Amino acid sequence: MIRDTTVGAKLWAAAVWATVGFFVLNLLAMIATVVTSSFATRWLGTWLPAGWTTRWYTSAWSEFQLWDVLIVTFQVIGAVVFISGALGVTAAYALARRDFPGKRLLVLLFLLPLLIPPMTFGIPLATVLYQTGLAGTFWGVVAANLVPTVPFVILVMIPFIEQIDPKVEAAARVFGANTFKLFIYVLLPLLLPGILAALLLVLVRTIAMFELTFLVAGPTSQTLVVALYYAVFAAGVRAVQSIDAMAVIYMVTTLVWLIIALRFVNPTQIVTRAKQQPAH
Amino acid sequence: MDAVAHAPPVEHGPSLRQRLAARGFDAVTLLVVPAAIFSLLLFVYPFAFGFVLSFEPKAGGDWLANYRRFFSDAFLYDTIANTLWLAIPVTLVNLLLAIPIAFRVRLMRNQRLLTTLLVLPITLGTVLVAEGLLNYLGPQGWFNRTLMTFGLISQPLKLVHNYWGVFASLVITGFPFTFLLTLSYVTGIDPALEQAAATLGASAWQRFRHVYLPLLMPGLAITFCLSFVQAFSVFPSAVLLGEPAGSTRVISIAAAQAAFEEYDYSMGSAIAMIMGFVQLGIVVAVLASRGLFYRGPASGAKG
Repeated sequence: MIRDTTVGAKLWAAAVWATVGFFVLNLLAMIATVVTSSFATRWLGTWLPAGWTTRWYTSAWSEFQLWDVLIVTFQVIGAVVFISGALGVTAAYALARRDFPGKRLLVLLFLLPLLIPPMTFGIPLATVLYQTGLAGTFWGVVAANLVPTVPFVILVMIPFIEQIDPKVEAAARVFGANTFKLFIYVLLPLLLPGILAALLLVLVRTIAMFELTFLVAGPTSQTLVVALYYAVFAAGVRAVQSIDAMAVIYMVTTLVWLIIALRFVNPTQIVTRAKQQPAH
Repeated sequence: MDAVAHAPPVEHGPSLRQRLAARGFDAVTLLVVPAAIFSLLLFVYPFAFGFVLSFEPKAGGDWLANYRRFFSDAFLYDTIANTLWLAIPVTLVNLLLAIPIAFRVRLMRNQRLLTTLLVLPITLGTVLVAEGLLNYLGPQGWFNRTLMTFGLISQPLKLVHNYWGVFASLVITGFPFTFLLTLSYVTGIDPALEQAAATLGASAWQRFRHVYLPLLMPGLAITFCLSFVQAFSVFPSAVLLGEPAGSTRVISIAAAQAAFEEYDYSMGSAIAMIMGFVQLGIVVAVLASRGLFYRGPASGAKG
């Protein structure tokens, strides 16, 4: 490794770290503001609130019907995770094991929903869902959320499947395993860590997926993040602390899953879809 | 594999099944069909449907009426300029901050804490960041309060419900994304190349300018494109943190309003198509200029 010891290099390094520190500090202060405000009795024009209380949580819980919203959220996420796993892993297996004409086109088709932002394809998608009557229903929300998650699972799983030696499968065939046995006893145990990682990433991304859910959700199929948006949008109707309490509940739901996910995946995988090259 | 094993004995050349299997089509390939049908139904079909629908105006008129209305109404066509005026500076700021930081972080042994912290705003999502910044950057918030305590300003800065609120939220959610992408490209370059340059006496700036930058250019172009399309389709923070009727009336607000408030799906689709084409135009322009730079292996030549 090369170490620069000139004054200029040291100043430059200090400036870079100061920028990182400034960014992280503001980020944490922003989160701390929301948490502090959710426990505040009255907070106007001072550093810290006048007193502390937890009553905003009970009022937010009943005002925004959070129990119903949370149930819907987890039902949507469960359906999205299950279906994108089933569709994505099978497709990834075919793409990893076979070479056929049109494969590049197919991979491009799966890549596009990840590269195009949800707002751009969400509006035509929501239009189609409204015309078929699916929008506003539970399955409409699930269908919209699956559009980016199925390709995501495929692209995360392809390198994972490619690294499993096909000779292992051939050996199982030689010893008389049928396709079902091959899948249950050979492929599934080998693929499980990859599937788990991919599905946890899908879960974390689906909780925070605002645009697609917002465009197709009806009053009974709102997820937590959409309910939070409407609460902030109509701010002034409710107490700020009540909205902040809801935001904290949303943060806790997200962060619990993020912490679980981080035990199995590298944080950079949340952004850079495929497996990372090892750092030198 | 199955197809080949169970094929009948060859008499008149290979059977159709064998010929297909030889080209890569067999039972395993069929596993891709459900996902492909799903993608066609929920991604390709809506796009095609929206494209056709945008030429069938709700209020009647000829097939280009929606597009003519968009480009003759300042309230509508200004949204393109508003969005670009947000998206391009934000993307450049994010990218210019990400490059030096990625070069510094690449030398770190334990990057996990920093990457975890940076993944936080991405995981929390734009709505929560908008909600948090409303409190934090508000006139009574800690940010203004700190600046006033240090005597840097005498009056609270107006940072929410205007351009700067949206700008800040796009930096908070966009910078980690840009940074982590850049970091994965930077760490993909063999450090032996830099060591070779250093051995030959190149200074830090020369090593960056003549060794790293040419190798990084393709990756940076892709990072720019991805960060740009994310910023260009900004929606929740432009509504919550900006002036959705004024300076931050971005194109996705116009599209969502047309489709879901005026129930004019045709106009909404037309605006979504325009949004897609502007994004595509910028992405194609950036990727085309990539051809002007070095293309080749980024690993050290061994032997």
